[in-house]
Amino acid sequence: MSSSPPAVLEVASLAKSYPVRGGRTEAVAGVSFDVAPGEFVCLVGPSGCGKTTLLRCLAGLLAPSAGEVRLAGAPVRRPPPQMGFVSQDYSNSMLPWLKVDKNVTFPLRHKGIGARRRAELAAEALRVVGLSEFARHYPWQLSGGMQQRVAIARALAYQPEILLMDEPFASVDAQTRGELEDLLLDVWATYGVTTVFVTHDIDESVYLADRVIVLSRRPSTVARQVTVGLPRPRDQISTKELPEFTRLRTEVMRTIAQVGGGGPASSEHRAPPGSSRVAASP
Amino acid sequence: MVEVAHPGRWPRRSFWLGLVGVLVVLVTLELVARFELLPARWFPPVTVVFGALIELLPTGDLWADVGRTLQGWALGLGLAAGLAVPLGLLIGSVEPAYRACRAVIEFLRPIPSVALIPAAVLLFGIGTGMKVFLVAFAAFWPILFQAVYGVQDVSPGVKETARAYGLGPLARFGRVVLPSTLAYVATGLRISSAIALILAVTAELVVGAAGLGRAIVTAQTAAQVPRMYALIAVTGILGWLLSTGFHAVEARLLHWHPAQRKEVLA
Repeated sequence: MSSSPPAVLEVASLAKSYPVRGGRTEAVAGVSFDVAPGEFVCLVGPSGCGKTTLLRCLAGLLAPSAGEVRLAGAPVRRPPPQMGFVSQDYSNSMLPWLKVDKNVTFPLRHKGIGARRRAELAAEALRVVGLSEFARHYPWQLSGGMQQRVAIARALAYQPEILLMDEPFASVDAQTRGELEDLLLDVWATYGVTTVFVTHDIDESVYLADRVIVLSRRPSTVARQVTVGLPRPRDQISTKELPEFTRLRTEVMRTIAQVGGGGPASSEHRAPPGSSRVAASP
Repeated sequence: MVEVAHPGRWPRRSFWLGLVGVLVVLVTLELVARFELLPARWFPPVTVVFGALIELLPTGDLWADVGRTLQGWALGLGLAAGLAVPLGLLIGSVEPAYRACRAVIEFLRPIPSVALIPAAVLLFGIGTGMKVFLVAFAAFWPILFQAVYGVQDVSPGVKETARAYGLGPLARFGRVVLPSTLAYVATGLRISSAIALILAVTAELVVGAAGLGRAIVTAQTAAQVPRMYALIAVTGILGWLLSTGFHAVEARLLHWHPAQRKEVLA
């Protein structure tokens, strides 16, 4: 990575193991990669490969057993203030007693942002995700896709330098998923926020990323990094019919098949119902 | 160990049906008395009881008794809430505390409050202290369990989101755990309010502490039967008013909870 610009996020020999009965189990074993400012990186890997564990270490939610995560040069020991986080479980990440706008401003108060500025940030973020008219609704009055847009708005209003997303679109239907992917790309292009996106969906990773980092089976290591040179702005139809898209998708898929091949993880291949996408894991 | 109680709402459309039900019961009771299906001496017609109630209303005695019963109710319920909410927050948040308290709770909870009356009289005499103790003991449990449940019902996803956005333990407690728990405590208060009234009246009836319960016994002993029934009706009306009030508070505080939600768009 010597030719890259200085990294905003550096992951160095990161390992994470958990105590289990009769010893320890290793989820992540020596993962190293860098993320450049403004870069969109996807992490993909076979089922149970420790993607989420890895992301939780990056977010400062889990302490690594070995190695280090550095954000803008400083070691990450707890959730850093310049980091936004969007999880898969959108409905469980909302405070049900707060309306949509208050959910968006929820993390801002302790950041020391005044009430007026908070309201402005929320209004702007909700406008960007197309939910201005739902500001005074409760999150549970919205569909899953809309709730996930609220989660994205919350991350945006937080004005992060880096956005971590843990399979954020895994539990919405295929159509909504495509819309959310394009929304995310728009937001990313507008704000230039560095994004690390975990997914098990190979198509999604290639469609979104500048670079796809393929993780091996558990305990995960970096099996391969695939640079995606597809032109931007990308489009669900025209980008996906490019021969280069197909080539990259095949490359990622082959790597996953190699690292996951023969093990129990590979026998679980299953595409989500109603989707023609290729899934690295269910 | 956790009891969950979610309230049913009171739909407005059933108001008139409810009124019809009440009228049918009142008319039936009136007829039962008028046709002497029950001895009229011990079971006067509803209209006679109603007359006795009207006579009671302007007297200071009735309102003084209502005040004393409500005082026992309020002090007992307040004491119970003051102890149960912090304890519930503690044992709901701290797993070892939960395990340490569990055996004690499982032992104490099944004791009917009325079984404690003799001990309460020895400890506190026959006055307000005894009444408050009994009320507080009975009202303590539903509030405690609702508080524990409220703490534990905060989804791990919400707590993790709060953590990911840098909220420290204190901020997470104040802005995530506490609002969720207090809404559940409202349900506990409604349940305990009904129990508290029962215990207040019981303490007055059985031990003779001043209040509506003692007034009922006094009327019975003096063979003022319509007055006795009028006082019983007052306890019923009091219970209904308190329950309606707490329902309203609860509906406000818990409107976001799945059990209370009214409309969902998508």
